Amino acid sequence: MENKALCEIEVEKIREDFPILSREINGKPLVYLDNAATTQKPLSVIERMANFSKTTNANIHRAIHTLGYEATVAYENAHKSVARFIGAKSWREIVFVRNATEALNLVAHSFGEKYLKPSDEVVLTIMEHHSNIVPWLVLRDKLGIKVKFIKTKEDGTLDFDEAEKLITKKTKLVGAIHASNVLGVVNDVKKLRELARNVNAKFLVDGAQSLPHIQINVNELDCDFFAASAHKMAGPTGIGFLYAKRELLENMPPFLTGGDMIKTVTVEGATWNELPFKFEAGTPAFTEAVGFEEAIKYLSNIGMDKILAYEKELEEFILKQLQSMKYIEFYGHRKGENLALFSFNIKGVHPHDAASFLDRFGIAVRSGNHCAQPLMNHLNMENTLRASFYFYNTKKEAEKLFSALEETNRFFNR
Amino acid sequence: MEENKPLDIDPLMMDFLLEHYKHPHNFGEIDPAEIAYEDGNPSCGDQIKITLNTKEGIIEDIKFKGKGCIVSQAAASILTDMVKGKKIEEAKNISKEEMLENLVIPIGPMRLKCALLALKVLKKGLYGKDYCDEDEDE
Repeated sequence: MENKALCEIEVEKIREDFPILSREINGKPLVYLDNAATTQKPLSVIERMANFSKTTNANIHRAIHTLGYEATVAYENAHKSVARFIGAKSWREIVFVRNATEALNLVAHSFGEKYLKPSDEVVLTIMEHHSNIVPWLVLRDKLGIKVKFIKTKEDGTLDFDEAEKLITKKTKLVGAIHASNVLGVVNDVKKLRELARNVNAKFLVDGAQSLPHIQINVNELDCDFFAASAHKMAGPTGIGFLYAKRELLENMPPFLTGGDMIKTVTVEGATWNELPFKFEAGTPAFTEAVGFEEAIKYLSNIGMDKILAYEKELEEFILKQLQSMKYIEFYGHRKGENLALFSFNIKGVHPHDAASFLDRFGIAVRSGNHCAQPLMNHLNMENTLRASFYFYNTKKEAEKLFSALEETNRFFNR
Repeated sequence: MEENKPLDIDPLMMDFLLEHYKHPHNFGEIDPAEIAYEDGNPSCGDQIKITLNTKEGIIEDIKFKGKGCIVSQAAASILTDMVKGKKIEEAKNISKEEMLENLVIPIGPMRLKCALLALKVLKKGLYGKDYCDEDEDE
């Protein structure tokens, strides 16, 4: 199948869908390159949520009245849209949570506390975001399990020789970030899954950075858990999801407890609601769920293959330029598959100073350790600038970044 | 966010800080020092250590060591100039506003932590563990 990329005219049209992209910052048109932190929302998502609030707002489930029924249907349909988008067999395998962080905490608490014993091991990659490290470290301290990390090789890809040694019969779960929010590298998760399957370990994928760009099919990936956030894929904040195989979810205990997650409650105890509501205690973010559905619709209408192909073109264009700039210290080796996400520094300039300077040109980039301190330590990196692109960014914007970097360097390294 | 947030750094006025960053005043470490305190901003990796000796209630000598962005390091250079030879009580009473005024250029909201790190380190050193930063709870 031919992957046709978005063309310039299409991207210009797409940009009109995003009201914030016409904003000016410090008198310059906004160049928003902080998409790995959060993406912007198209008008259709904003309006869908506003319209829901104007016409359909009511608490879901157990309402007899019309609004309650409509809201419930809309909320359940949002699950179905996510399920279709990622190729899940059933919408009941989609648990709505606040964000990918909460999804990963859900797995550590619910699956971890039920199935892991003191001698068991969890194997993660050194590239994980803190959200897929800290919950497991907390669990380690609670249960006495071991948490091990697969490091990267010289070329920036995962060291599969080490992975083979680390993943043993003691391993009960292997967890991996699909695409690194620091280096942009897309990890070979299928290879990791094979290693996990060989020892009967569960396999978890943190898809927060991959799902916005790459068409995912959880059946093809054959992962047990997949976590993502809506706000990194043109959707609203406050909603994300955990996909897990139904059999697992059926047997896992609830994470949070209270309203809406029960079937019956007596003073003696409670029985749990059906999936996925067993894991969705309390009034959920149903307005945002509807917005998430609209974001998925928006991305699907453009086509994920077109988005990825266009971002690949952007990536090649930007990479070539950044790596040719002598005063830029570039991180990551760009072997294999990579997102249009780049970590770098201007030599001799602290990234916070550079980011402040770039902001004067209306350019929004992130600076810091990107919530991945173990990776930064492993690679002897302290803080970096990070420019992360999405399908509404253009080569013209990339060129603005290049010339602003030029000026920043000229200013600080006089 | 306000429509027109104050600029974080104005390059035209930035020379003053850049000069302090490139040629810091009172850089180094006093050993042995009567008071030594070190702290950092974990989110950005800025780190500052201040060492000082006093005599008859006066800060006789003060040095700082550190790493990080221009704003944090220049502020330390400027602050050590401000308090050297001053009474301890005066140094203890330096307000955040006073610190920011002495940086000459306006510091935007996102960089306040960088600008005020040196003052925090100095105060924690001078007050000992009794120091509490009322603003941090706001």
